Amino acid sequence: MIRVVLPHHLRTLARVGAEVQLDIEGPATQRLVLDALEASYPVLRGTIRDHVTHKRRPFVRFFACLEDLSHESPDAPLPDAVASGAEPFYVIGAIAGG
Amino acid sequence: MSGVRVLVGTRKGAFVLTSDGNRRHWDINGPFFAGWEMYHIKGSPADPNRLYASQCSGWFGQQIQRSNDGGKTWEPVGNQFVYDGVPGTHMWYDGTPHPWEFKRVWHLEPSLTDPDTVYAGVEDAALFRTTDGGKSWQELAGLRCHGTGSKWQPGAGGMGLHTILLDPSNPDRIFIAISAAGTFRTDDAGKTWRPINRGLHSQYIPDPNAEVGHCVHRIALHPSRPEVLFMQKHWDVMRSDDAGDSWHEISGNLPTDFGFVIDVHAHEPDTIYVVPIKSDSEHFVPDGKLRVYRSRTGGNDWEPLAKGLPERDCYVNVLRDAMAVDALDSCGVYFGTTGGQVYASADAGDSWTPIVRDLPAVMSVEVQTLP
Repeated sequence: MIRVVLPHHLRTLARVGAEVQLDIEGPATQRLVLDALEASYPVLRGTIRDHVTHKRRPFVRFFACLEDLSHESPDAPLPDAVASGAEPFYVIGAIAGG
Repeated sequence: MSGVRVLVGTRKGAFVLTSDGNRRHWDINGPFFAGWEMYHIKGSPADPNRLYASQCSGWFGQQIQRSNDGGKTWEPVGNQFVYDGVPGTHMWYDGTPHPWEFKRVWHLEPSLTDPDTVYAGVEDAALFRTTDGGKSWQELAGLRCHGTGSKWQPGAGGMGLHTILLDPSNPDRIFIAISAAGTFRTDDAGKTWRPINRGLHSQYIPDPNAEVGHCVHRIALHPSRPEVLFMQKHWDVMRSDDAGDSWHEISGNLPTDFGFVIDVHAHEPDTIYVVPIKSDSEHFVPDGKLRVYRSRTGGNDWEPLAKGLPERDCYVNVLRDAMAVDALDSCGVYFGTTGGQVYASADAGDSWTPIVRDLPAVMSVEVQTLP
């Protein structure tokens, strides 16, 4: 079971709370987590990554276990603590403001 | 008794303002989609309870929302806008070719007859259509690929397709306008298009009389006389009496002919409204005074309408999609400002009252006249 924490606007859009839980077949990667997230909440398609290329949107970041995983390969294994559900996978909107 | 519903898109959410036919007391509902940029919200002429909204975010991209109950509840529908075929390139700011990239939906224009059919004007400029109530969107690629598309170049505000006018007398005829490419027309329901910019003169482009490249801000028509078009260009207010085949200037005695909005009275095809803006360098009203200008002669002779509007220390703008009219008698006129006010006139512009004063910056105003 993977825990994913979404930013405020995506929670509102998907009508979910701060954290969603996903079941994934096989080793956990960014791609599989996002595939599962979008399958469970189709409204999130296009909001985190491009519909077609699956490239991460520029102002979105992925954090976990105190690390920025945004620039990791989407097919790289996620940390064991994320894969086991001990730590959440954070989807973050870039900070903006003065 | 009849009523009015005003659909307001702002930088930080949508609002639905309602009143009875007297238009004196208003209920303010919202914000819907709080924190999101609401470029445009519009109702279906065929079903007033069917609304469509363009919701977008620099972080999370584009959503299209649909309501089946006049804006009380909403559901997200399709948000995938993919250019048809190999998208090719348009011209970038530095003059080099640049691939077409979808950024956002600027304008939604529901069909006059089918609640499930809607046209969407997008940035980078293209026209899309849904025929299934917004679930899926297909590009009408004949516009972007008719031959001049590779010469289109964005202005500072982006290369958006912002105006879509459906000809009520001819379902095959559509007019659209793009910043900063110009105005285009199809006479075969979107298969083929051609530029209709003859007579426009723009000193900010290398050839002031070029076929494309003019920064058209908004066009408008009256449904009873759809061959007559009115245009607020970057500079100049223009008119065409031949469905855009040729244009002539009608700026007349306006204090400045820069501006964004232009609209037509619901019952008088020669009564038109603009809000002059000081200049392209200073996007606010002249002299600190917010004034709508009205022509009852189809242009050239303009009168300022100031009763009820700020007469000093006002420095707001009125954006291109932020004016609309209702169909009551007498005609109501509405506009929203970048300062968050929505003003209404229940007497065709003679006097004005703010419906609401402190919204986020207003991007769009549309009005539905309800039975």
